[in-house]
Amino acid sequence: MQRGVFTQLAVTFGTISLMAIGGANAVVPEIHRQVVDLLAWMDAPTFARLFAIAQTAPGPNVMLASIIGWQVAGTPGLLVATLAMLVPSSLLALACGRGLRRWSDNGAVRIVTLALVPIALGLMLASGAVATLAADAGLFGYAITAATALVTYRSKVNPLVPMAVGTAGYVLVWLAGLA
Amino acid sequence: MPQMPQAAQAGPPSLPALFTGFLKIGLMGFGGVGPIARHIIVAERGWLDDRAYAELMGICQALPGANTVNAAVVLGDRFRGVPGALACVFALMAMPLLSLVALANIYDAFSSHPLTQVALTGAAASAAGLILGTALRLMSRAGLAPWGWGMAAAAFLAVGVLRLPMLPSLLVLVPLGLAAATFAARRR
Repeated sequence: MQRGVFTQLAVTFGTISLMAIGGANAVVPEIHRQVVDLLAWMDAPTFARLFAIAQTAPGPNVMLASIIGWQVAGTPGLLVATLAMLVPSSLLALACGRGLRRWSDNGAVRIVTLALVPIALGLMLASGAVATLAADAGLFGYAITAATALVTYRSKVNPLVPMAVGTAGYVLVWLAGLA
Repeated sequence: MPQMPQAAQAGPPSLPALFTGFLKIGLMGFGGVGPIARHIIVAERGWLDDRAYAELMGICQALPGANTVNAAVVLGDRFRGVPGALACVFALMAMPLLSLVALANIYDAFSSHPLTQVALTGAAASAAGLILGTALRLMSRAGLAPWGWGMAAAAFLAVGVLRLPMLPSLLVLVPLGLAAATFAARRR
């Protein structure tokens, strides 16, 4: 069955790679749909926790794929999922980078960007909504989500700060027996 | 690491220079690699000026995948061909992946402890808020036209509320967006 898992990881993240308009933060709903709903590799809270771990690590946000690969099939799974997430979009970037240098057609880039920015933003908002529901952290959890969203919206503080405060707040409330 | 004023230096940066530059971007990008990537590529290493960097990011944003990964591919390839692209992406991902494996192993070691699960539930709620807040901030500053707000709302509804599969959703949304963008660009 192991080979089946690796093939599935490669197929799932290989296709998601090419749908990640604006990066992995646009494809959280699709990753959730595939790994929780279709493949049943994990439940929604586990997915939300892995998402949180990936957000905590430094580096590009494609690492959500890496940690899901790790959860499903250990370090080999991590490598397969990471490569699957990186290779298709990178090949496209390589081809477009070369093509644009040759033709220097910046009008087309501008149209594509103009078209994709609103879609990418809508998808990012959808990712936030799906992650909120997946976290399944109860009423106080929603309050933390809202407070983190507000702080991120209003200030340019490093995202790790509201995340640390939110986590500590949730733990304290739990220790107090309220959550 | 010494700050090398490479802007005056003739010829493209070497493979080791590309490697160390992107290694640093990956290592220092806690909570998002965007700002640090600009700092290292433009200010510290002088590989691109501000205008060329903006142009590069314009291309990278129009492509699927993480912007910084795409920038690593395009920049590495431009300076040193495919080996350059490979060196940049590998360097960018190396330290973050090692940190991720470390974090994952810490999680594994403590996952049976109830407090770990509570902390991670809190972290998950916060991480969701982070994405929501970032999306809202970018939306408020994107200067979207009415059709743009319509496209953003449609994408949010399709994928976030109705939970439709993403591929068919994009196959409808992207051509619509391209048509609207072409029309908007012509009218200007």
